[in-house]
Amino acid sequence: MDNKLEIQNFSFYYGQFQALINLNLPIRRNQITALIGPSGCGKSTFLRALNRMNDTIKGARAEGQVLLDGKNIYDPDVDVVQLRQRVGMVFQRPNPFPQSIYNNVAYGPRVLGLAGGNGRLDEIVEQSLRDAALWEDVKDRLEGPAQALNPGQQQRLCIARTIAVKPEVVLMDEPCSALDPVATLKIEELMQQLAADYTIVIVTHSMEQAARASHWTGFFWLGELVEYGRTPDLFTNPEKELTEAYITGRQG
Amino acid sequence: MRVLSRQQTQKVATFLITTVATLVVIPVLLIILMIFYNGMSAISWEFLTQPPRNGMTEGGIMPAILGTILLTLGTAVAAIPLGIGAAIYLAEYAGDNALTRTIRLAIVNLAGIPSIVYGLFGLGMFVLFFQFGTSILAGSLTLGLMTLPIVISTAEEAILSVPQAFRTVSYSVGATRWQTIRHQVLPNAMPGIITGIILGLSRAIGETAPILFTVAAFYLPNLPTSVFDQTMALPYHLYVISTQVPGMPLQVQYGTALVLLLFTLSLTFVATMIRSAMRRRREW
Ligand SMILES: Nc1ncnc2c1ncn2[C@@H]1O[C@H](COP(=O)(O)OP(=O)(O)O)[C@@H](O)[C@H]1O
Ligand SMILES: [Mg+2]
Repeated sequence: MDNKLEIQNFSFYYGQFQALINLNLPIRRNQITALIGPSGCGKSTFLRALNRMNDTIKGARAEGQVLLDGKNIYDPDVDVVQLRQRVGMVFQRPNPFPQSIYNNVAYGPRVLGLAGGNGRLDEIVEQSLRDAALWEDVKDRLEGPAQALNPGQQQRLCIARTIAVKPEVVLMDEPCSALDPVATLKIEELMQQLAADYTIVIVTHSMEQAARASHWTGFFWLGELVEYGRTPDLFTNPEKELTEAYITGRQG
Repeated sequence: MRVLSRQQTQKVATFLITTVATLVVIPVLLIILMIFYNGMSAISWEFLTQPPRNGMTEGGIMPAILGTILLTLGTAVAAIPLGIGAAIYLAEYAGDNALTRTIRLAIVNLAGIPSIVYGLFGLGMFVLFFQFGTSILAGSLTLGLMTLPIVISTAEEAILSVPQAFRTVSYSVGATRWQTIRHQVLPNAMPGIITGIILGLSRAIGETAPILFTVAAFYLPNLPTSVFDQTMALPYHLYVISTQVPGMPLQVQYGTALVLLLFTLSLTFVATMIRSAMRRRREW
């Protein structure tokens, strides 16, 4: 099995408080990995550790390794800015910039200088919007404000903005928690298509979503990874009692 | 024993507080009304476009108006880069260290210095030490320095009020810190920054003391041609004609005051317009 990321003996601290405790797990290439667990168990912390978005937090400290294609992203010679291009992120609340739809998608390619001429930028924007299943909705109002889109469209716009810089891994932190069921299903469908080109890690508070939409699932509890395995196995035949209690709703 | 019920106390309190707040409006209205009432009759095309004649008792105040406009521009040029730069540093870069504390302390102290002290400092520093002479350059730098605290604190506040999510998202697509500031933070903070700059300018430009020794001239036959020239300016002109010129018609004094008032009021008005226009374009 081909691992895009390998997390080895990884711990994370906010000052004195240890939020992640000696984690070991792989993230499979071009697969969807779901992370479940009660609120406060460290899912978001873990996700942010994968592209070092925790770096700016005062007193935060990481131990152990996160290997991206075999290279530890916490090595001192790693360029964090470049890392974040390779490992992109979609956030819990749809948060487009208060600008046009076009400029939202074009932002990343512009700051990274990915597009040579303007024609090339148009291409990237169109392709990203197509890949995010949003092109048909917005092709006639690219210069219109992103805020005018409904929440589901806004979240797909954020996905387009993320994939516009051609990341290798896409991290999603509860991307559907602000969306209605229809918009949620649309994002889940979209994830299946994106998995062909990207490695996806999604945090979700919904076990149905993890069961429906992921290939692999990790179950977190109080900063520890209790169980990790293929999604169908973990949900139908969990090894640990705690996992079973949680997924059947007896715990959490 | 209770004289009033809780509800009655509440009513009395509301009434008193509303009355006090309304009282604040009265002096503002009175000042504006008085100056309009006494000054309107002096305002004419000639008053606005001609130099003073006949020991300043006749003619207009055009050189003073022009001087104040030049000083406004000069002050802006001096205060804007320093002010915005310092605000960006404080809001986005400053760690909790000795340098930051020193800078903050310096800004607080700048804000507390009396304007006459700025004038003396400008004289010592820009006029004499740097040998700019009594000049628009020296006056603009002195006024710019005086404007800095307002520009810095309003700009810092505007920068800090840009939602953290914009920065986070920007970093998450691989933008650098500077790109994030340049393309997300500053554009979104701009309405607040501009408002601060204009309010700072309108405050500084009405001051007499800072320009007293650094730039202002009692009377000049010619208009300034370079930044090393002196200039007349409205507040100093007003001071001069009110205290130094015997037999000065009262309406000329009030007319000058009215022009100065209109100048600062229109700056405030422009600031408000810019802010609401930019607010309408950006929403979050
Ligand atoms: N910036 C922070 N500073 C200190 N503690 C934090 C910070 N962010 C999260 N935590 C703590 O770390 C733990 C894990 O939080 P989080 O990763 O957000 O959990 P989850 O996403 O699973 O709800 C919680 O106890 C939380 O209070
Ligand atoms: Mg979370």
